Amino acid sequence: MKMHAKRVAVFAAVVATALSVPVAIGQGKDPMAEGIAKYREALQSGANPAELWEARGEGLWKTAAGPNKATLEKCDLGLGPGVVKGAYAQMPRYFPDADSVMDLETRLVWCRVKLQGLSDADAKKNHFGGRGKKSDNEALVAYVTSESRGIPMNVTVNHPKEAEAFALGEKIFFFRGGPYDFACSTCHGESNKRIRLQDLPNLNEKKGAQLAYSTWPAYRVSQGELRTFQWRLNDCFRQQRFPELQFASDASVALTMFLARNANGAQFDAPAIKR
Amino acid sequence: MPKKTILWTTAVVAAGVLVGCATTPSDSEISAKAVQVMKASFKAKGQAGLDRLDQDATQKACTQYTGKVPPKDVVDMIEKSNFASIKWPADGKYVGDWKKGETVAQFGRGKQYSDDPKKPAGGNCYACHQLSPKEVSFGTIGPTLYQFGKLRGYNDATRKYAYGKIWNAEAYAACSNMPRFGHSGTLTEAQIKDVVALLMDPESPVNK
Repeated sequence: MKMHAKRVAVFAAVVATALSVPVAIGQGKDPMAEGIAKYREALQSGANPAELWEARGEGLWKTAAGPNKATLEKCDLGLGPGVVKGAYAQMPRYFPDADSVMDLETRLVWCRVKLQGLSDADAKKNHFGGRGKKSDNEALVAYVTSESRGIPMNVTVNHPKEAEAFALGEKIFFFRGGPYDFACSTCHGESNKRIRLQDLPNLNEKKGAQLAYSTWPAYRVSQGELRTFQWRLNDCFRQQRFPELQFASDASVALTMFLARNANGAQFDAPAIKR
Repeated sequence: MPKKTILWTTAVVAAGVLVGCATTPSDSEISAKAVQVMKASFKAKGQAGLDRLDQDATQKACTQYTGKVPPKDVVDMIEKSNFASIKWPADGKYVGDWKKGETVAQFGRGKQYSDDPKKPAGGNCYACHQLSPKEVSFGTIGPTLYQFGKLRGYNDATRKYAYGKIWNAEAYAACSNMPRFGHSGTLTEAQIKDVVALLMDPESPVNK
């Protein structure tokens, strides 16, 4: 709570500084951009509340739960049962036991159903947290992803279903629809663009995809929640004026496959902290 | 020897066909499957129905030619059909109140499943464009519109162009990133006139 207040104060100070600088109409050295950069720097310098989610997630992973009273310690994230270290850096991937391509969040549902005996609906319950709605998914994602910190992203398309998911994800990325004619690529297909003051990563090229993908999940200061990649996609499509992207759906996994593979080679650096 | 060659050829062709089937579906097959997958992966919510995934001819063509310049006949088809769909103001006036236009330009809600469809939507112009120099929080996806009227001249042709462009951007630049605000029923005729005023009124801060 204290930390939060401090961040707000830093934010206010930085914005005030930025606003007090006369506005440059043309391009070039933009004092506003510098102000935002300072705010982002300040965000990175303190402790990250995501650690609270990581700790709770580790607890959930190792605590017997569900009708089967089982832990998730035998959950196979692709590197063998129980191997968490580095697993996220190689996801999404094909899982022979499910005969399908899964991202982390889809795989966690699978493990909670198969190992702990939860129903599919229960395993997907509260997949995104909110006020008075604690999300086990967010905590588990925080824990598993933290175990890939510092490891280079290495997502492969060796299996035909992985290659297919990537190809579908690419199509979905460029699909224009809805009342505003938006595709993902409308905002994320060019470099050095921003919406209002928010920089937009170009997810169709390596540098942009690497920077963006390697910093999700993230603790969102403005929301007081740890947000997962499934959440990121869900909220993008809301703003794209599309209907609601369903949690752990095929389209969500395919799009994640496209973006994750574009980020290959990036040193994974999340859970991060964002405004 | 000839027999062996024939056998080899048969084997290689057969393998090629098998590999072809297993690993390389055609581009249009992947596109069709992507639409199928999307329809199964989204759910209607609030005002956003699944019909929003049904592309019109413009969206379909612009998706197909993403990252490429569409052929001239496709560009013509898009621009002509969209131009024909513009509803021009019955009273022949393109300019409203720039102060109201500024509010429309600032406001970003509308058409999201989280928005109340009974409330008026905004144009969210500042998300992508620089307009009034007083607003420092502007995006850069679209070009700067600062001094729009001052630079182009305060004439009827430019007023009409601004109105038409906001009503249906695809009529002037095929596969533009800009939403078709009138065509999609996002902004009303009166709101569009107000935004035209923001761009074209000599008293508007945009032209200061």
